[in-house]
Amino acid sequence: MANPTPKPEQIAAVDHKPPAADWMDTKPEFKPGMFLYAVRKESLEGVGQPNPRDWNPTDADWKLPADWKGIVREGIKERLQRFRSFQIFMDICVRCGACADKCHFFIGSGDPKNMPVLRAELLRSIYRGEFKVAGKILGKLAGGRKLTEEVIKEWFYYYFQCTECRRCSVYCPYGIDTAEITIMAREILNLLGCQIDWVGTPVNNCFHTGNHLGLKPHTYKENVEYLLDDIEEYSGVRINPSFNRKGAELLFITPSGDVFADPGIFTFMGYLMLFDHIGLDYTWSTYASEGGNFGFFTSHEMMKRLNAKMYAEAKRLGVKWILGGECGHMWRVITQYMDTMNGPADFLEVPVSPITGTRFQNSASTKMVHISEFTADLIHNNKLKLDPSRNDHLRVTFHDSCNPARGMGMLEEPRYILNNVCNNFFEMPPQTIRENTFCCGGGAGLNAGENMEMRFRGGLPRMNAVQYVKDRHGVNMLACVCAVDRAVFPAHLEYWVPGVKNCGVTELVANALVMDGEIPRQYNLRGEEVNDLREEVDLPPIQWPEEEEGGEPSEEGGE
Amino acid sequence: MPTVEYKGKTYEVDEDGFLQDPEKWDKDFAYYVKEEEGISELNEEHWKVINYLQDYYKKNGIAPMVRIMTKVTGFKLKHIYELFPSGPGKGACKMAGLAKPTGCV
Repeated sequence: MANPTPKPEQIAAVDHKPPAADWMDTKPEFKPGMFLYAVRKESLEGVGQPNPRDWNPTDADWKLPADWKGIVREGIKERLQRFRSFQIFMDICVRCGACADKCHFFIGSGDPKNMPVLRAELLRSIYRGEFKVAGKILGKLAGGRKLTEEVIKEWFYYYFQCTECRRCSVYCPYGIDTAEITIMAREILNLLGCQIDWVGTPVNNCFHTGNHLGLKPHTYKENVEYLLDDIEEYSGVRINPSFNRKGAELLFITPSGDVFADPGIFTFMGYLMLFDHIGLDYTWSTYASEGGNFGFFTSHEMMKRLNAKMYAEAKRLGVKWILGGECGHMWRVITQYMDTMNGPADFLEVPVSPITGTRFQNSASTKMVHISEFTADLIHNNKLKLDPSRNDHLRVTFHDSCNPARGMGMLEEPRYILNNVCNNFFEMPPQTIRENTFCCGGGAGLNAGENMEMRFRGGLPRMNAVQYVKDRHGVNMLACVCAVDRAVFPAHLEYWVPGVKNCGVTELVANALVMDGEIPRQYNLRGEEVNDLREEVDLPPIQWPEEEEGGEPSEEGGE
Repeated sequence: MPTVEYKGKTYEVDEDGFLQDPEKWDKDFAYYVKEEEGISELNEEHWKVINYLQDYYKKNGIAPMVRIMTKVTGFKLKHIYELFPSGPGKGACKMAGLAKPTGCV
């Protein structure tokens, strides 16, 4: 069973002094809380991936395929030819050190192999040792080393200790993108069946049932119906959305975590209310029921296989374009890969908002618009009835989720929305937001339960910035636009910054929405009494009108 | 694959002690988890939750969202934690023999 997680003060006392031994002579220690479990055999078999077997990273024998060295060499060679970026990144680093202290895992762990330069060097040293003349002859003198099983174990440890967040690449004068290096390393590891369960099992689920969790169509629909009951209870409005409806104008796709777990479900309720409020002609799909794409954390081929379903479903249903929810890496897949990978999606139309007429030219090729772009445009055109004072008990800051910020450049829209739906918005320090944003510490499939110490270490820089705005401005809500964030932050906040909660942007939108036919909004979407929340921050209570009939929510709500 | 032994029976479990195959569940496995969890005795309320979780799992192949579980059983989340100190997932679902959910959760 897992070891107890160290206390915050123990983790915060990070020693950044590197060990005396040369990096090539140190080995990772597979300590509980700091590594991820091996993928289940069935999950690799389910999607036809290599070398399915029972194994454990703490075993001496990882049961690699007989010709594993040949597979790795061939895997590297093939990718050097296929991806010019990979070839360049293997050749050009000058070790200036600009990236060294930019990684959240290095900041939080002090482990030098979490410096992006050294993380890349784990692979570059093999590239030199196996492919370059100088490295083959001079070995270590030329920065090369031989391929051994120890190298594979080291790769597994450190390439699953990188969230592909790309903060380091912002600071690299050459623009070396360590995420691309991690992506290649994970692909090569995958050729040996060295995958983590938190990536491999969601991939298998997604391929077979349409979403990472494995929610079957009837379960997906039933979950939504429960949320509709909650909406009715708290707002008095009954919403009747459609599923798998042919001929709808739009298809809406969001991560499945948001239809399953707190606090994502409150964001999901927000979508339902927003779309009802504007009378949007849209449908949900129980087949394309996942915005996220853990295939992206496996291989390009797996990413392509999983991404295909969203467009296949859009085509089948005959919608005009796709509206996408608050997901992180989905938007990197869409913005940076989709068009040349599964696309072009020329059977869809260039997205035009049916409510405002705005043409989303930025999505002309992907045919997919982010919910925050869509909502910001609605607000800009005065299409939403909003009462931001309903969020007055909240003092909100915004976490730029890595991929929407650095992967699609969406920086202004969520801020514009937040400034319109709540009255107290505060920015974290500039070096920790927008394109400089710090990762939540659990992206790229690292949001599992067995690596909590690693997660808390990786989350330390982001939480430190939250602590800053809590101390300075009394911030009590951390908003974000990513389902991994919403899976990761509640535990991080409880551990590092108790008293601050986490939500999606659309949850706050819906709490401020003045719905047609609504009852007095005494409860927020979490079923919490607004006056209780106001009392916590010394705001006077709101005098609600007399109850007409049974407006009191039943007791089991709340968290 | 790790195994646990209880009352002369052997159960295959994952790294976190969740039963590998929900079909292999029996009452003794629940009693094994009860001891691991340090729960003094399993009362009617524990069984109500366990039976509900198993029924739901048979229909859906996944654990229910916590929201649904609290609504159907009528137990507030706080009470679920009183019954199962490790919570609905690591406590109740594990005792009922359900698999862990994965993804953005």
